[in-house]
Amino acid sequence: MASHSSPIAGGNIAGLADLTGTIVERFGGQVGQLRAGGNFILTLSVAQPSALPELSRFLFWEHGCLFGGITAEEHSRHWQIHYTFLLPGSGWIDVELSMPLETKTLPSIVAQVHAADWHEREVEDLFGIHFENHPRLGDFILHDQTWREGIDPMRKHFSASHPQLERKVDLEWQPLLVVGDPGSFAMPVGPVYEGGIGESLHFLLETVGEDVIRAAPRLFYNYRAVEKVAEGRTITGALLLAERFAATSAFAHSLAFCLAAEKIAAVEVPPRAAALRVLLAELERLRHHAGAIAAICESTALAVPSAQASIIEENLLRASCVFTDHRYLFGLNTPGGLNFNFGSEQCQTLLTAVDRAESDLRILEKRLRLSSSFLDRLENVGVVTGESARDLNLVGPIGRASAQHCDLRTACAYSGYERYVFAVPCEAEGDGYARLRVLFAEATESARLIHRVVDTLEVGPVRVPCEVHHAGAALGWVEAPRGAALHWLRVDEKGVVERYRAITPSFNNWLGFHVAAENFAFQDFPIILATFGLSATECDR
Amino acid sequence: MSFWFWHGLRKGIQSSRYPARAENTPGVSPGRPMGTDFSTLEEAQLAAEICPTDAIVAHGKSTYVNPAKCVHCQLCLHSLPSPMNWEPGYEWAQLSANQTEAHPLPSAFAKSMHIMVVDAGDCGACLHEVKQLNNPLYNMHRLGFFLTATPRTADLLLVVGPVSENMRGPLLKTWEAMPTSRKVIAVGGCAIAGGVFGRSFMCACGVGEVLPVDFEVPGNPPPPLAILHGLLVAAGRKSLKSPKPISEGRV
Repeated sequence: MASHSSPIAGGNIAGLADLTGTIVERFGGQVGQLRAGGNFILTLSVAQPSALPELSRFLFWEHGCLFGGITAEEHSRHWQIHYTFLLPGSGWIDVELSMPLETKTLPSIVAQVHAADWHEREVEDLFGIHFENHPRLGDFILHDQTWREGIDPMRKHFSASHPQLERKVDLEWQPLLVVGDPGSFAMPVGPVYEGGIGESLHFLLETVGEDVIRAAPRLFYNYRAVEKVAEGRTITGALLLAERFAATSAFAHSLAFCLAAEKIAAVEVPPRAAALRVLLAELERLRHHAGAIAAICESTALAVPSAQASIIEENLLRASCVFTDHRYLFGLNTPGGLNFNFGSEQCQTLLTAVDRAESDLRILEKRLRLSSSFLDRLENVGVVTGESARDLNLVGPIGRASAQHCDLRTACAYSGYERYVFAVPCEAEGDGYARLRVLFAEATESARLIHRVVDTLEVGPVRVPCEVHHAGAALGWVEAPRGAALHWLRVDEKGVVERYRAITPSFNNWLGFHVAAENFAFQDFPIILATFGLSATECDR
Repeated sequence: MSFWFWHGLRKGIQSSRYPARAENTPGVSPGRPMGTDFSTLEEAQLAAEICPTDAIVAHGKSTYVNPAKCVHCQLCLHSLPSPMNWEPGYEWAQLSANQTEAHPLPSAFAKSMHIMVVDAGDCGACLHEVKQLNNPLYNMHRLGFFLTATPRTADLLLVVGPVSENMRGPLLKTWEAMPTSRKVIAVGGCAIAGGVFGRSFMCACGVGEVLPVDFEVPGNPPPPLAILHGLLVAAGRKSLKSPKPISEGRV
């Protein structure tokens, strides 16, 4: 199980020394270089790729690290692959591997770290690097029925503006079905929803009648190749993409991107900007959670609370618009701070709206707890055990409903979150109701945090110049409303983006969705989907 | 659980009265930049240069805004020494570029229009704003607009997103499955001109490259009332040519 420790705890530096010692002892010559500094508390250069699976297993299972993701970078002569791990309470560990461009195989770490499954599939699909012993590669981002094999769009020689004229739809293509029992059939859902409004994604629900035996989501209908399109743009040009690929968590993603850019430029934002960023990030979380609660109520067809929750959400959208001139908090973050300042009167108006939303949510929660038919649909439905959640590295409210305590705001504080005291609500049951309780508790906590920020807001500027005049790379991270988000940015000496990588909470958590949906009845499926509250577009990028 | 019934009743009717009355609650629309006459050439140039998507074009001391290209980054509002003029309101629906006059649905559909929504690579904002039309504050049902379960019974295809390559096929199939009296409305800057994503190997520059589009609702995202305006235009209940002042009577 992941252990949660606060950033101030004294044991962590010792923990890091301990970790370094053990790695030298156990892996010796296989790990070429150990160094600290820069973005990472520890960078391990792996000399022997064959050591990767064992090293990953050691970090993830023995040392309690969390898995961040895999980032592949193509340089002029070599590949550089980063496996990012988080040592909670201390910081990020980069397991880095270089190999010549001609080498196109790597050992898979999926057998050791299940959470790496989709990361490896993505790298294989977009870079053409093969992962040995991976159970299933291919047909991931580039759907097999429309894209031929051998297109590696993230390679440098592939032009982003290159139209795919030779594309043809393969009418013979059939999805992979696993359940072969007599009488079994697959029910397709999406990508265009029949009734209601949903993001584009497709499910193949395999069944023999009543229960969903296998629920395989097929994503990336909304893949807009944001990472590829960002290459060659300026930092501010790429920021537009980082902000707009997933609008319901736009502020969080633009913040992570700006934090990375500021690290490259070695710029520290003014205290007022850092505090206002916390305020805006919490406002986004509050609004997102109100929307997620509305969606859960709607999925159980409980009309009044669903209507009331959506009114709370719309009121928060309006309050955001009055406060920032944009309902979804676009156009606020800029490398070096915020684009404009807010007056204290504006902050007070916002507080009134936040208080109202918070008290409305509290009334809603109180009544929902008394609604037995509603609770019947959520309790013991869509259960993700703590073991599964740890195994699949589930993040955000979903992870926290299954006893995974990690919250980047405390596990690896950024943007001055260490200045504020706040609770990270956690539940252990891992069912739909636990996820709902976590959403309510986090919304309350966000409202309190907004108050604390306004109470302690310093006067001063909100922006410093942030220009990049040297090549560099940095990692920015945030706890987005749906969980941990990592943005890796590499720029050249002119400040032009060479590589941009966004690892999103939805990408991480969709991998674990099937655990919750399988072995539950069909009528529970929409409810489980709503309690997960994942975004397809945030995953697809 | 009867308390929900009373709880709902006690809250009263909260729906907007638009289009019968203007909706002026703060925050319903972020507004948008409008053509501005500056006092110097430099100011106009500066406004055109700050726009990351070339939505602002300078012409001497005057500037013009192409709403289809505007991505609401607000730089021209907050980061200019003399900001652009800001247009409040939300009645933003317009004809698609390839149309010369409005051809709304036949009058038989005016009071009951069934809508098919397709997300074709949207970032979630436009889709979310369309979703807001179902909440009690906007409640599009009161105007006879319904989401439909199948393209076979849909009168209007509402598309958000710039059309990602992986959604091109499903979008076309949906359109082909609709009865031919269909109209298409592109909602959001991405659906009209590709936004910040188009054009690339994975993304078209708007729905118009894939389907014939009848109406557009610019905005990034357009607020719910702008989308509602678009729906009223598509149903033939609002005219585009001579925008009438909002009257006091119910429509």
